[in-house]
Amino acid sequence: MKKTWWYIAGGLLVALLLAGVVGNFASSDPDGLDSTALKGCTVDAAGNITGGRCIAQNGKDHELGDSPLAGYGLGGDNGFLSTGLSGVLGVLLTFAIGGGIFWLVRRRKAPAAEEAEPPVHAGSG
Amino acid sequence: MHNLAMHIANGIINGPVAAAFGGVALIGLAICVARARGDLDDRLAPMAGLVAAFIFAVQMLNFPIFTAAVSGHLLGGALAVMLVGPWVGALCVSVVLIVQALVFADGGITALGLNITNMALVASAAGYLLVAALLRVLPRTTVGLAVSAFVAALISVLVAAMSFVLQYALGGAVDVGSSIAAIAATMAGTHLFIGIGEGLITATTVVAVAKVRPDLVYALRKLRRDPAKQGYIAQPTAPATGGVA
Repeated sequence: MKKTWWYIAGGLLVALLLAGVVGNFASSDPDGLDSTALKGCTVDAAGNITGGRCIAQNGKDHELGDSPLAGYGLGGDNGFLSTGLSGVLGVLLTFAIGGGIFWLVRRRKAPAAEEAEPPVHAGSG
Repeated sequence: MHNLAMHIANGIINGPVAAAFGGVALIGLAICVARARGDLDDRLAPMAGLVAAFIFAVQMLNFPIFTAAVSGHLLGGALAVMLVGPWVGALCVSVVLIVQALVFADGGITALGLNITNMALVASAAGYLLVAALLRVLPRTTVGLAVSAFVAALISVLVAAMSFVLQYALGGAVDVGSSIAAIAATMAGTHLFIGIGEGLITATTVVAVAKVRPDLVYALRKLRRDPAKQGYIAQPTAPATGGVA
């Protein structure tokens, strides 16, 4: 078990490097969904639709568009450091939330004395 | 802002259809949570947290698809189900999508059900069914594992893309005047290339984990009947029958 945790830590380090460093070299072209949704519209440099007719035309702003990490940058900034830090925070947050939930709902090992299923929290969510 | 968003935004699909898929997502997630408990033990739980964090990281890495000014990124469903199983895997992708929507303002909150349905539920289901079939048919070698991962990942992306087309057909807010078939063709065209990227990332990652710790690859534990015969089992001490609970 102890060894597994070392592998988990190693994997987490890889994820942190990918999000924190490699993420800065990611393509900023629209992805497959976005490009399809924008087909038929003209878009300005800031990414706002300026005319035409397309799937994305009726797109609304995000409810939390002003949140500190919106758009994978700190405070709307998308410089090297800002993107890297937001990626690192995202990886740690996802690991904490995901790992935390999975750890809480996991099957507990039965005590060695009796093999009975241990009591679990009501409501497995 | 467009180049920094990866998922369906608010307002693209009308309210009733978005809400209906919110219901679909809730039901799907409830089933996954119920079934996931059977798989989640002391070893799988931290691994599942890592898989979610890894998918978050790799989703940020948009790669060019070279045919146009279009990029693609990992969806992660096939990767997740191969490493931690179908139920936990779908939950891993959902955690990523929820964090992205609530913290990074990527993917509208009203569109969360649409995004979870496509990428967490549909892509994971397609990926797992394909992996389960392919691992039984293909040779039990590293190449067999890599090919299974590649094909399952590629097709899971195409299926997820078609799931969006279905959502658009049911409730697209803007009628763009082109047929659903034409939109499906556009989506399939770009997502074929994205799927190749997804396949390469998935195969590389799964093979890397399988080389180091094959016991951490759910698909190898559960889908192959006699894992002891595989060439890449690393640990010298094969578990004795009934030794570990």
